[in-house]
Amino acid sequence: MIEISLLFLPIVIPFIASIIIKALGGNKKLRELTIIVAPLITLLSVIKLYSLDYNIKLVLFEIMPNLEIAFSIEPLGLLFATIISVLWIIASLYSIGYMNAHKEPRQDNFFFFFTIAITIAIASSLADNLFTLFIFYELLTISTYPLVTHKADAESKKSGRIYLTILLGSSLLFFLPALIYTYYLTNDLTFTSGGIFTDAYANGDIGNLGIGLLLALFIFGVAKAAIMPLHSWLPAAMVAPTPVSALLHAVAVVKVGVFTIIKIIIYIFGTDLLFKTGGSEWLIYLSGFTIITASIIALKQDNLKRLLAYSTISQLSYIVIGVAMINPNAIVGSILHLTAHATSKITLFFAAGIIYTSTGFTRISQMYGIGHKMKLTMICFTVGALSMIGIPMFGGFVSKWYIVSGALSVSNWFVISVIIISTLLNTAYFIPIIYKSFSQSSSSVSYKKVPNSMLLATIASACLTIIIFLFPEFFIEVAKNVI
Amino acid sequence: MQFEHLPATQILIPLIGAVFILASRKNIVIWATVSLLTLLTFINSILLYKQVSASGIISYAMGGWEPPIGIEYRIDSVNSILIVLVSFMALLVALYARKSIEVEIVAEKRPVFYAMYLLCLTGLLGILATGDAFNAFVFLEISSLSTYVMIAMGKDKRSLIASYQYLIMGTIGATFYVIGIGLIFIMTGSLNLNDISEQINNVSTIRPILASLAFITVGISLKLALFPLHSWLPNAYTYAPSVATAFLASTATKVAVYLLIRYFFDVYGYNIVFEDYWLSMLLIILSIAAMIGASLVAIFQNNIKKMFAYSSIAQMGYITLGVAIANHSGLVGSLVHIINHALIKGTIFMAIGCFVMKLNSTTIEDFAGIGKKMPLTMTAFTIASLSLIGIPGTVGFISKWYIITGAIEKGWWWLVISIALSSLLALVYVGRIIEIAWFQEPKIKENTIRLSHEMIGVTLIASITTLYFGLNTELTVDLAKIAADSLLSGISK
Repeated sequence: MIEISLLFLPIVIPFIASIIIKALGGNKKLRELTIIVAPLITLLSVIKLYSLDYNIKLVLFEIMPNLEIAFSIEPLGLLFATIISVLWIIASLYSIGYMNAHKEPRQDNFFFFFTIAITIAIASSLADNLFTLFIFYELLTISTYPLVTHKADAESKKSGRIYLTILLGSSLLFFLPALIYTYYLTNDLTFTSGGIFTDAYANGDIGNLGIGLLLALFIFGVAKAAIMPLHSWLPAAMVAPTPVSALLHAVAVVKVGVFTIIKIIIYIFGTDLLFKTGGSEWLIYLSGFTIITASIIALKQDNLKRLLAYSTISQLSYIVIGVAMINPNAIVGSILHLTAHATSKITLFFAAGIIYTSTGFTRISQMYGIGHKMKLTMICFTVGALSMIGIPMFGGFVSKWYIVSGALSVSNWFVISVIIISTLLNTAYFIPIIYKSFSQSSSSVSYKKVPNSMLLATIASACLTIIIFLFPEFFIEVAKNVI
Repeated sequence: MQFEHLPATQILIPLIGAVFILASRKNIVIWATVSLLTLLTFINSILLYKQVSASGIISYAMGGWEPPIGIEYRIDSVNSILIVLVSFMALLVALYARKSIEVEIVAEKRPVFYAMYLLCLTGLLGILATGDAFNAFVFLEISSLSTYVMIAMGKDKRSLIASYQYLIMGTIGATFYVIGIGLIFIMTGSLNLNDISEQINNVSTIRPILASLAFITVGISLKLALFPLHSWLPNAYTYAPSVATAFLASTATKVAVYLLIRYFFDVYGYNIVFEDYWLSMLLIILSIAAMIGASLVAIFQNNIKKMFAYSSIAQMGYITLGVAIANHSGLVGSLVHIINHALIKGTIFMAIGCFVMKLNSTTIEDFAGIGKKMPLTMTAFTIASLSLIGIPGTVGFISKWYIITGAIEKGWWWLVISIALSSLLALVYVGRIIEIAWFQEPKIKENTIRLSHEMIGVTLIASITTLYFGLNTELTVDLAKIAADSLLSGISK
């Protein structure tokens, strides 16, 4: 009984925190205290989960027979919950500074929805079955909508509309029918190692083509993973304040997307079945296409946040391509990349936010010479960028290494060439930014002072990126447990 | 404890109440009496339901005249839940009504309005409870006539035209229905539904029976606003007083669907209705036309009541679709959607009633920023809207789940896509309101009328039930399954 309630804590704590934030209203001191303390307690409660048995299951509601809202733990979900809560601590630090520096209106609302979104992201990481995951997937869309439209001007409303239509629309059109069909075939949606289609496939209820089509429905239904052509919501969502872009649109929201895809491939279809039927082969080509195309689009961007958004689209497909190959090494690589991309991208967004706060710059062409005045920020930015390119010493290298070695072991030259080309493209769009920022300043720029907490958070996430490179054993261990 | 006259009191309480209501002129007294009467009706319906679930079908001979000669009231697993539903909605709307009626209806007409409200309830409950084809017609007319009066009492002059339009259409529908019954009576010599269902397979020639099926289907379809027989509904919902709209939208069309289900599955039986696929296919095509066509029209409305009136037509499409799929999952979906849609539309129109009272306007642009001024009401509205789209966690999700499962079981994938597409359209028109209400700055000044607490309270309660039934499906799905079982038990016959 106590163990079951432990399982519930990481969801309840942020939820209570969000209510406290709302209840405090304008009381800024207490609110900021809550915002800092809540992630810490949440992290502790997540760490506590590592000591629990994997068989524990908490059923909240049983909606239909074998269809329940339930939570349980498994290695991948635990890892994901840990990533979210660690980065949440850092992001909280950052966002307090950011919101104050910009004197943003309606901060209580902002932090309320922010914390709710975190609650939902953690809940989805602990989902026991696909149905529960689906519910929290949808709720995450709805709860982040007010954050995207926080500015409440015409542009953010337009983006909010795109955001809601693509995310909710694709999930209602594809995800839900796929979910119901799966339930109809198997009468079960629980995440099971080895998948749940074994019987249905053996009985001939679903054939090779059916598996492929069903997977396609799922993949297109999970637009949060931003696989082309359902990616356009992500650049649109960049109108949100930077902390939102950083934590939600580089970590929580998009990662819930790829997390869902990994879960579906490993625990619903099962790697064996997909390997046997070749049902995921098409996904390799689609995500390969996304990696290259998004990188090329990123190359042409002048707005830094939009560039980062396209870079995110490309990097998410790395994770997908890794699992789509159905190769142990590649899957380890994917799971590592889930972590490495999270820390690197959040660093990049944090740096972009600091630049914006200090100088008001959003476009890369404005950023000549800013590195001289903002050394620390640009060093952190460089760390994030190099990790994204995949240079040794940074987290991104380890994950790419595993994905490439997975591709090599099955001699998948398509994947290898995609990764080589995209590495070149990544270099081509990141290095000029760094170069420009350290070159001669063209005009006189006034630098405003940036709150220390923002800088501190950026440095912390940059350090995490390096730590992942230095100590990847933990993540590799988790990843191996998954397969 | 057994009350053997429960089926009769179910109808008599509101019927007799409607007469006595006219004795008083004071709004508060009448309102309190109506609330009490609907509460009694509701309690009666619960007792009735308990009795049915404990001891099976209740057959009650009205006035002691034994069926098939006399009028039989027949309560089973199907109509007992719907009686509870209609009584519950009547209770909610009655509790809500006081202030809204004070504002929208002139003093001397108020007692009549309340009387019509109770009469309409009587009619609807009568259609549900009766086991007699002609008696159902009488109740259909009682509910319709009282509805015409209620609609005509709207503030806007156009309510008269709307009422007249509905009167013409409704009368045509009722006439078709009577012609259908006439044909059945000629062929079987009976008006008792249960009796007819036994005789219908022994008739000398099937052709008049098929003709009667056509007449009855068209007649009832007019009442339930099946596309393309829906043209009376948008104006009626738009120009009727808020209370009338909330009550009608959540009950009247649902009761008509019940009658259709009863005729299809019990009276004619699955074999006659669905043997050849033509009727099933026709219904499916019309339902999809409603689901997609009416939703598209809803997107382009400027009047919020009209938007949700079209949305009602679309939602009725889901219900008839589940009926037309005619398998277990489809029927369960339909029945749950009847419950679901009653709650959703009740909430939405009650919330709209609150907004309209404050804003004096039904134009969508004027709703800008209303979320900040009336957060509770707008929250209730938002929850109901999410259920309308079918977001998981709401009851709307459950019904869609079953209807889609029904379509998958038949292997009709194009149907699955149409259902999903229609949900998307719902997202678009509902999203538009939510965006305007929560994220825009207020444009017009609201008036000083204070909303009563019970208006907001009832609206909130109704919205919370949609969440409750979305998570706890014992009362909806389990009951719907039993009902569907009993409806489909005739297949093997």
